[in-house]
Amino acid sequence: MTRSAETETKGLAGRFQGLSLSKILLEGRAFIAFLAIVAVFTWLSPNYLTLDNLVVMSRHVALNALLALGMLLVILKGGIDLSVGSTVGLGGVLAGFMLMQGVTVPGIDKVLYPKVWVVVVVTLLAGAFIGLINGILVTRFNVAPFIATLGMLYVVRGVALLIAHGETYPDLQGKAVLGNTGFNVVGLGKFLGLPTGIWVMIVVAIAISFLLRKTVFGRWLYALGGNERAAELSGVPIHRVKRWVYVISGVCAAATGLIIASELTAGAPQTGQSFELNAIAAVVIGGAALSGGRGNVRGTLLGAFVIGFLSDGLVIVGVSDFWQMVIMGSVIIFAVALDESQQKAKKKNSSKSLGKVKK
Amino acid sequence: MFAEAGVILRASNITKEFGATVALSSVNFEIFDGKVSALFGENGAGKSTLMKILSGIEAPTSGTLEVNGEEVVFESVNEARAKGIAIIHQELNLAPNLNVRDNIFLGQEIRSHLGGIDYSKENEITAELMGRLEEPISPMALVGDLRLGQQQIVEIARALAANARILIMDEPTSALSSTEIEVLFKVIDDLKAHGVSIVYISHHLEEALHVADTVTVLRDSKLIATDERKNVDLNWIVNKMIGHDSTESSASLNELGDVVLEIRNLNIVDPSNPARLSVEDLSLEVRQGEIVCLYGQMGAGRTELLETLAGRIKPLSGQILLNGRDIAALSIRDRINGGLALVPEDRQRDGLIRLLSVGENLALSNLSNYVKRFVLRDKAEITDLKAAISDVRVKTSSHKALITSLSGGNQQKVVIGKVLLTKPKIIVLDEPTRGIDVGAKAEIFSLLSILASSGLAVLFATSEVSEAMTASNRIVVMSKGSISAQLDPQKTSRSDVISAADEKSTIRSKKLDLNGVSA
Repeated sequence: MTRSAETETKGLAGRFQGLSLSKILLEGRAFIAFLAIVAVFTWLSPNYLTLDNLVVMSRHVALNALLALGMLLVILKGGIDLSVGSTVGLGGVLAGFMLMQGVTVPGIDKVLYPKVWVVVVVTLLAGAFIGLINGILVTRFNVAPFIATLGMLYVVRGVALLIAHGETYPDLQGKAVLGNTGFNVVGLGKFLGLPTGIWVMIVVAIAISFLLRKTVFGRWLYALGGNERAAELSGVPIHRVKRWVYVISGVCAAATGLIIASELTAGAPQTGQSFELNAIAAVVIGGAALSGGRGNVRGTLLGAFVIGFLSDGLVIVGVSDFWQMVIMGSVIIFAVALDESQQKAKKKNSSKSLGKVKK
Repeated sequence: MFAEAGVILRASNITKEFGATVALSSVNFEIFDGKVSALFGENGAGKSTLMKILSGIEAPTSGTLEVNGEEVVFESVNEARAKGIAIIHQELNLAPNLNVRDNIFLGQEIRSHLGGIDYSKENEITAELMGRLEEPISPMALVGDLRLGQQQIVEIARALAANARILIMDEPTSALSSTEIEVLFKVIDDLKAHGVSIVYISHHLEEALHVADTVTVLRDSKLIATDERKNVDLNWIVNKMIGHDSTESSASLNELGDVVLEIRNLNIVDPSNPARLSVEDLSLEVRQGEIVCLYGQMGAGRTELLETLAGRIKPLSGQILLNGRDIAALSIRDRINGGLALVPEDRQRDGLIRLLSVGENLALSNLSNYVKRFVLRDKAEITDLKAAISDVRVKTSSHKALITSLSGGNQQKVVIGKVLLTKPKIIVLDEPTRGIDVGAKAEIFSLLSILASSGLAVLFATSEVSEAMTASNRIVVMSKGSISAQLDPQKTSRSDVISAADEKSTIRSKKLDLNGVSA
């Protein structure tokens, strides 16, 4: 019994104290990487650390962060969502379709042009629907998440191309006559000097953080990702939780599509290719485990900022595209390798304490 | 005692210590050429440890091993295998995605002179082995497609392909149907005829006696007796296994209330072997304030029964009534809300979420009660957690400590506490003391006793007689999927319980007709 007391204090120490330098380096590695990136590029270019540039870079970050926040939920569950990049494309196309072509009402032969808020809501619902399909494939038909969402990656991209006939909707300003102006607010509007995109990121981050920390859903999600069998036996409705995370991820992706389309005032069906990989990278750099159960909003945001500030910095100092790819890839690998060694060290500690308890 | 001749393996004065625990104490054990040595003992008597030492999985703390009169030291399983000793574990070690031939030669492939694998030679040997084992399995058949009994034959063939002279079989029949058991016994006879020695470990005493030539009993890490088969009978073994034979005091008897759980004619298909029923036409009642122990050996169907009650397994037919309401179609969640929750057998796999804290684990089944307007209210939750931690006496610094920082016994208490927070009407526990120390065991059983006296119904499964005798009001003995006896622990002896668990295990051809069952 004294033994277990001893191991308990050890476990606590591991959690709350242990402010050794190596621990700070490991625990806060994403933050340190972020500071290092800012320092290096500030040194290399006088234009890097200016307010204007920070806002521009954050706007870029917001897009990836929005996807990554949805992806975080899926990864916490122990799944993956490869379809988000395609959903981004479909989101822009749907907005373009509704704003420029309108909706033909069958029967009365009249074209209706929905208001901008209707466009936004319908597009988000479409994202939710794609997520729901992913969720049903995973829960009802037992398709592995990788495969299910890989299939949906193609299907959704194909649908976007079909709707747009492979072309771009070039002008999403809307017409005053039709009463559908104002779409540019979605991406280009400003509030307190910051563009809408950044505000959306902030609001979604707070909402998801709240969801994870303060609601039953969040607790269920961590339990499910940590040990699905135990969660199920404890009465967690695992299928319902799984479906919801894909739905939320789909909505985040559709929102990203809307923001991009608004920023460009154009909806292109090709938008968002390989975005899913950047989102996964952000989540992983942020310390989440692909096996599920571990990760948080703070880390994911940091991951998105590391990726965004690094790639924009490389562009600003004029590093070639090719080198950019090499550097980005190396950062991702380095981050995850570091994470693995940290986990191993943790496991070693806990197995040490477990080893003391005789069978 | 025995003639010196014919001893193929001799283990002398084997002692094995794990830290302060003595798992084996000066045990002598001999294996005879072409004979079956059956090894008996209760859980924890030291059987597995002895077998692990013989097969090179673990090294003894002291003592010697001799093979064919020559002293050997095994550093690894491979060195034991090179001396002709192979072990077949209860859980088979086969790759289901490979065919029979590739499984048999896995890790011992026959090379062709070009450096590849000599498939024709391997096929030839495989066919020859299958012929010898009288099992018409094609070398190209996928192992995953074979029945469990056939897979075991493949495992035996693999040992033979490695030229095994001594085959250790750990609980070989626990997952087999009666027909498959008969085939296995024929194979064992054949192997003996070919000069292969077998060490046979089984909880099914009669089955083991059926094939044994010599009988050895371990108890409390010591060798108690060893003799030839013709000199012993079932009672002799049981008495040696338990040492004494008296009735014992048991859990205090409470005023029994209404029937909480009623099981009617339940049939469950074995999840790992669809040709077999895990539970067959089982009916049972548990009342308020009653502690019912489900005693039975491995493979008796206890776990399957309890997992079906909890809702993880769907029964083939039958009814499960909780307070008179049929819950057979409800989800796990609805059953928990209805008042039935399971403390699973494998704590690590099914009970705990290792990434979460003590408190998060405790609250998991009961979160909905802490929600107000979609938000978890910490205050209500923490009050409950603190109460639960002191009620089930979890030794933890705080509810925020990581669950992995607790000892096994305290982890188990957390799992029990989680179930109790849901305010169950009946608590179902599968092997609640597995892998925990003596002190925690006693605490858990006294907790169950307190719960029962406050009106909760308790149903727990165990394979240890002493637990069945001391901790329950009624012992329901299960054997091969059915109830073979219902005993009052105050009026029965340990040997009665053990032999009741063994009653149906004699080899009789039990025709399994699924259509007939569900009709």
